[in-house]
Amino acid sequence: METLKAEHISFGYNSKNMVLNDINFTMDNSMILGLFGDSGSGKSTFCKILTGFIDSYKGNVLLNNKSIENGFNPIQLIYQHPEKIMNPRWNMGDILKESWNPSEKILNEFGIKREWFNRYPSELSGGELQRFSILRALNPKTKFIIADEITTMLDAVTQVQIWDSLLKYAKKYNIGVLVVSHDDKLLNKITDRTILLDDLNKQ
Amino acid sequence: MNKLLEVDNLSIGFTQYFKGLKQRKLNVISDLTIDLYENEILAVLGSSGSGKSLLAHGILGILPPNAEVNGLMYYKNEELTDELKEKLRGNTISLIPQSVNYLNPLMKIKYQAIGYIEDESLKNEKLKKQEEIFERYNLDKTVGDMYPHQLSGGMARKVLISTALLNNPKIIIADEPTPGLDKKSVDETITDLIDLKDKGVSVILITHDIDTAIKTSDRIAILYLGYIIEVTETKNFKYNNENLLHPYTKALFNALPENGFKLTNGHQPSYLNIPKGCPYQDNCEYKTDKCLKKVPPLVKIGTSLVRCYYPIIN
Repeated sequence: METLKAEHISFGYNSKNMVLNDINFTMDNSMILGLFGDSGSGKSTFCKILTGFIDSYKGNVLLNNKSIENGFNPIQLIYQHPEKIMNPRWNMGDILKESWNPSEKILNEFGIKREWFNRYPSELSGGELQRFSILRALNPKTKFIIADEITTMLDAVTQVQIWDSLLKYAKKYNIGVLVVSHDDKLLNKITDRTILLDDLNKQ
Repeated sequence: MNKLLEVDNLSIGFTQYFKGLKQRKLNVISDLTIDLYENEILAVLGSSGSGKSLLAHGILGILPPNAEVNGLMYYKNEELTDELKEKLRGNTISLIPQSVNYLNPLMKIKYQAIGYIEDESLKNEKLKKQEEIFERYNLDKTVGDMYPHQLSGGMARKVLISTALLNNPKIIIADEPTPGLDKKSVDETITDLIDLKDKGVSVILITHDIDTAIKTSDRIAILYLGYIIEVTETKNFKYNNENLLHPYTKALFNALPENGFKLTNGHQPSYLNIPKGCPYQDNCEYKTDKCLKKVPPLVKIGTSLVRCYYPIIN
């Protein structure tokens, strides 16, 4: 069993306003956990801290009670806007293979066609790009996925497809998923349990 | 009921450069046909990045010059020419833009709300009216003297709505008024939209938020890959999917978390790869050769319009 733990996390973008105050949080890799909060409540900030994109915080992020080592981060973040986290001058094949080279079977499970590998990010739709962005994060070394509003901009049909592929994969390979969203109906449907960021946040 | 606005076979495309000097054509809207009646809210539903804002900009005549626009639009049966668009926009037809980014950051709110007016007495008259409207939306007197960055999200939304109302419009186009808002602000926006309708304003609500569309609108037009594929009464979305006719609309209904979160295979392609024939063919379980060859026309069935050779009629 792998555990992801955040201890006494505090952070503010300026010293007057603390966004996060002494947050304690634990999850293990068997869980699909929901994190709910209003806009501006610090959900995305917390995601960036868990995945190492913000490093000037107080407190500790621990994987199996050890701090995160340099190199590939086993806690991977997936964003709301896949087009913003891909090099526009690389083709999709290079973008995916920078992380790993999934088998044909896995590509099929994610609805990715090999012919898209020669295309550039601007030549794919939002749903197609998000599939790449998810599969790129699912490197075999990944233990936890932090999914920050990853289907907010997609239509309901694509939303189901994306969650179906991601959650099946996560269950099969024991990857813990933190689903961050302000859509309570979605969280009720796909997560084992949902926590409120405001409940963790000591103001 | 009288028809206020009619959009017939509107298409909007752009030619863009990529990889240096190579050109490609992007058909963002291929066939958009809608009509808007007096005293109704029509929701135009499409996924983000599907070019929905272009519809708003097309009606107002504020598309960039490199856009290729085809199709006809009518306001009260009069053809909406560029001259008429210029005359109507900001007066009879006004826009609630997506975000405060549409405001000038260096200009006080009240002067942006009234627009540029040379005549002093006319200007003061307008400012008085602006104060009244701001008051109606519970905006403090001091808000008029603020700059856009001083507004909170909720205040900004109210400023944009009251600005749109200043010249007593007949039609308001609300472009994605809800994304990024929390539940309380979304509920307020819904109340505001219904309130507009009660005041006799017709609203085109452009959104990807199906919940807001269901809670506010009278009819919903569904946009898929730049085509309107179905226009249906909103009540058909409420309890079951029996009266929804297009396979995509049915799949959309079934995919909502509260309706079973049902999986439909296939994927929505990019605008550079719009298939010949029916736009939905990649995902459709009912498709035949006919669907691959020619785009189905939009036909009337009961009170709905649907673009499908094989609409699902129970």
